[in-house]
Amino acid sequence: MYIIDRRLNPGGKSLANRQRFLRRAKAQIQRAVRQTAGDRDITDLERGGEVTIPADGVREPSFRRSGEGGVHDHILPGNKRFIEGDTIDRPPGGGGGSSAGGDNGEGEDDFRFALTRDEFLDLFLDDLELPDLAKRRVSTVETQGMRRAGYTVTGSPVNLALLRSMRNALSRRIAMRRPKPEELLRLQEEIERLEKHEGPSEQLTALHQELEQLKLRTKRFPYIDPLDLRYRRFEPVSRPVAQAVMFCLMDVSGSMTEHMKDLAKRFYMLLYIFLTRRYKHVEIVFIRHTHEAKEVDEETFFNSPETGGTVVSSALREMQRIVEERYSPDSWNIYAAQASDGDNSPNDGSTSAALLRNVILPVCQYYAYLEVGSDSDRMQTGFINHKTSLWQTYETLQEQGANLAMRKVNHRREIYPVFRELFRRRDAEAGARVP
Amino acid sequence: MSVMERHHLLFQGADWDFGTIQRIHDAVEAIGVGEMGLDVYPNQIEVITAEQMLDAYASIGMPLFYKHWSFGKRFALHESSYRQGLMGLAYEIVINSNPCISYIMEENSATMQTLVIAHAAFGHNHFFKNNYLFRDWTDADGILDYLEFAKGYITRCEERYGHAAVERVLDAAHALMSHGVHRYPRKKRPDLRSEERREKERHLHLEQTFNDLWRTVPTKGAAAKPPLSDERRRALLELPQENLLYFLEKSAPRLQPWQREILRIVRQIAQYFYPQRQTKVMNEGCATYCHYRIMTRLHETGQISDGSFLEFLQSHTNVTRQPEFDDPHYGGINPYALGFGMMQDIERICTKPTAEDREWFPEIAGSGDVMAVLRDVWANYRDESFISQYLSPHLIRQWRMFHLVDDPDQPDLRIEAIHDERGYRRLRRSLSRHYDVGWSDPDIQVIDVDLAGDRRLILHHHVLNRTLLHKDDAQRVLQMVANLWGYAVVLKEVEPSTGAIFQEHVAHPHETLF
Repeated sequence: MYIIDRRLNPGGKSLANRQRFLRRAKAQIQRAVRQTAGDRDITDLERGGEVTIPADGVREPSFRRSGEGGVHDHILPGNKRFIEGDTIDRPPGGGGGSSAGGDNGEGEDDFRFALTRDEFLDLFLDDLELPDLAKRRVSTVETQGMRRAGYTVTGSPVNLALLRSMRNALSRRIAMRRPKPEELLRLQEEIERLEKHEGPSEQLTALHQELEQLKLRTKRFPYIDPLDLRYRRFEPVSRPVAQAVMFCLMDVSGSMTEHMKDLAKRFYMLLYIFLTRRYKHVEIVFIRHTHEAKEVDEETFFNSPETGGTVVSSALREMQRIVEERYSPDSWNIYAAQASDGDNSPNDGSTSAALLRNVILPVCQYYAYLEVGSDSDRMQTGFINHKTSLWQTYETLQEQGANLAMRKVNHRREIYPVFRELFRRRDAEAGARVP
Repeated sequence: MSVMERHHLLFQGADWDFGTIQRIHDAVEAIGVGEMGLDVYPNQIEVITAEQMLDAYASIGMPLFYKHWSFGKRFALHESSYRQGLMGLAYEIVINSNPCISYIMEENSATMQTLVIAHAAFGHNHFFKNNYLFRDWTDADGILDYLEFAKGYITRCEERYGHAAVERVLDAAHALMSHGVHRYPRKKRPDLRSEERREKERHLHLEQTFNDLWRTVPTKGAAAKPPLSDERRRALLELPQENLLYFLEKSAPRLQPWQREILRIVRQIAQYFYPQRQTKVMNEGCATYCHYRIMTRLHETGQISDGSFLEFLQSHTNVTRQPEFDDPHYGGINPYALGFGMMQDIERICTKPTAEDREWFPEIAGSGDVMAVLRDVWANYRDESFISQYLSPHLIRQWRMFHLVDDPDQPDLRIEAIHDERGYRRLRRSLSRHYDVGWSDPDIQVIDVDLAGDRRLILHHHVLNRTLLHKDDAQRVLQMVANLWGYAVVLKEVEPSTGAIFQEHVAHPHETLF
């Protein structure tokens, strides 16, 4: 008899099977995940958890008899009062007493199981992408940069590698036995001393000769020679632009109700999860505005109240300023998402449009505008095609072919579909897009 | 028993270590083999964690298995209900192999480990080694090596032909698994060890005889062969054939060699599990009877304490509980309860027979040697024959069994038989039929194939009791058969006595799939 302790064996033996299963049922699981996501708080999203998928897609069919039709018989224990030949009313539902011998295979309508957090998020965010990141990589694949690449013997004085040049000079001087200044000095002092005390002598002449020779040598071998010079070499190198910055612009003026702020907040939180998960190098800038705009941190952005009028261009100017200061369009992919209730001060429309068209949109990969409405708006839109001033402004821009996406959201449950629509992978419909 | 033994408690409290397991095993072996005359494969006891138990569940209890999504599905299902506390895990899993591997859970108390060892490592083990079905149909020596080969083979196929292609073949093979067994013994005993070698030989043969020149040799057009007679043609194809997997493996015209090999692997595994399906009641009855005897003896000889014995009795009665039909917990007849009940009944008949027993079981009533009778029973019966032979009127009365018939043509359900003189034999016959897999699985056979014409494959389902196949499932499975066969397949549901056709399913292959 052998006793074997298997407890320390590596676990996760079923992992490969599980992956196969997830792959197999991917479409259904994804649908379920999205459904679940709709019911949950966004902060909850990151937790993973249980999903239910219809058993149909993962059914393992076999040739088996159906539960209906035909004669069924059962042997049951626990007879209390029946005698042979008794009849019993058929129980409702046509089960025919087959609650007992019932067809076990029939029971699997739905299939419940738990997903880990990572699996959940993977499925949740699958096929979403920062728009046009792919496109940008194709068109201007990479930016050119310079990279240090050793030393060269030619170059501009700016790139002179002082240390390296001096080191070369030193080694050359040593190799050539160039006299050191103190050596000359010592010889000169010696000569002076002899001249002062003893007058001309043979030794003095010899010393003079030696000094002459040394001086000659010093002249022949300069302290620093063009040969010694080394320049820092730079090599052009192409650097992929994988870093992106996401500008979150939000109107926090008095006209924004709590409901609207909540919608916008949800949108950004979704965005935030998406960005921080999918891309390693993404920076996020939060700009909130009333009649004036300010860059704030995340906490303030979402939570601190503010009152005032609404001037959209102030936010756009702030964004322009920040782009110029910190995010050069050469090395950053710039995305912006703006949330607003659509109000804008009447005289700001053309300013905003001009700013967007001339400054913001050209540097942006993608600009999404999310218009948040109140719950009751939903009914109105049916018969009165009410367009807010900002919407009209942006619509004009869009018609002129600007790379601008616009959506309107009234209810919490619409956030996720709209988000998906905005950030869906584009390759499928690349042809349909405005060039 | 002797005073000395009373001081030999195997363990105290719930804790155990490997020394304890060894002592328990030796004590159990002394009783099981020494007193009861069990004949077992050498034991290999492996301690595992709950997670590993879930892993084992997912792969039908086998320690290694090829990869397939359905196992992942099963794992997800078990895991989720286990984590929610809806499901407890089995105390053990035992594998019909030589040496016989029993997995025991680390959470079990020392008493439970004793129970598990008595139950699995001796009860099941004896049954695996001696029952004729297992002897005829399974190869305990070769199974683990074969599974290793199967796993490796399928992994290689996945690497070479892609996950999707392999998955499609496996899906189809799994769907036909219940119709992939030989129900009647063939000339040769199964020998899984040679399977790997034979696969290599087949492969080698293909490679050696491959000659691309044959492709270029002009043919003279189809030689005018005299058409075979229908009889002869069917005989050549071994028709009719109820082993669908076997038929497809051997005769499907468009399968690649690796696809045939996968069908063969699934078929071999189905065949390996086939006896287990037919001996559920006996197997559990045998194991439960063994652990009950052994635990009782251990207690009698003072090797386990009263407390341990009570702990054992509690889980024993849980396992062998049979709720009555009107109980909300009723979920069919519990094979542990029926098996254990019948084994104990045989013990009673052997030792304290009544006049009725002498009339019903003249050959064993009062024979006295319980173990000899039981060993013979365990070796030579399966559930169906066991029940039809040994279900006694006494037990029928004790269980108060009755037979209920649900005929859709009648307005009411009818009680066909109860536990009285008129009913015993009829009850026994009907119950035994429930355990006949040949009767409970739909009878589907390959009847004919039109090789000269459109190569349409014809299957018949011989309908029993006017119960047709589950329509949706049948269509799905038939689609898979068509994909494997490569041409259209038709399944006719036929009333065997009259030849009337209830229903016809047709499936055409998806050209792209294979």
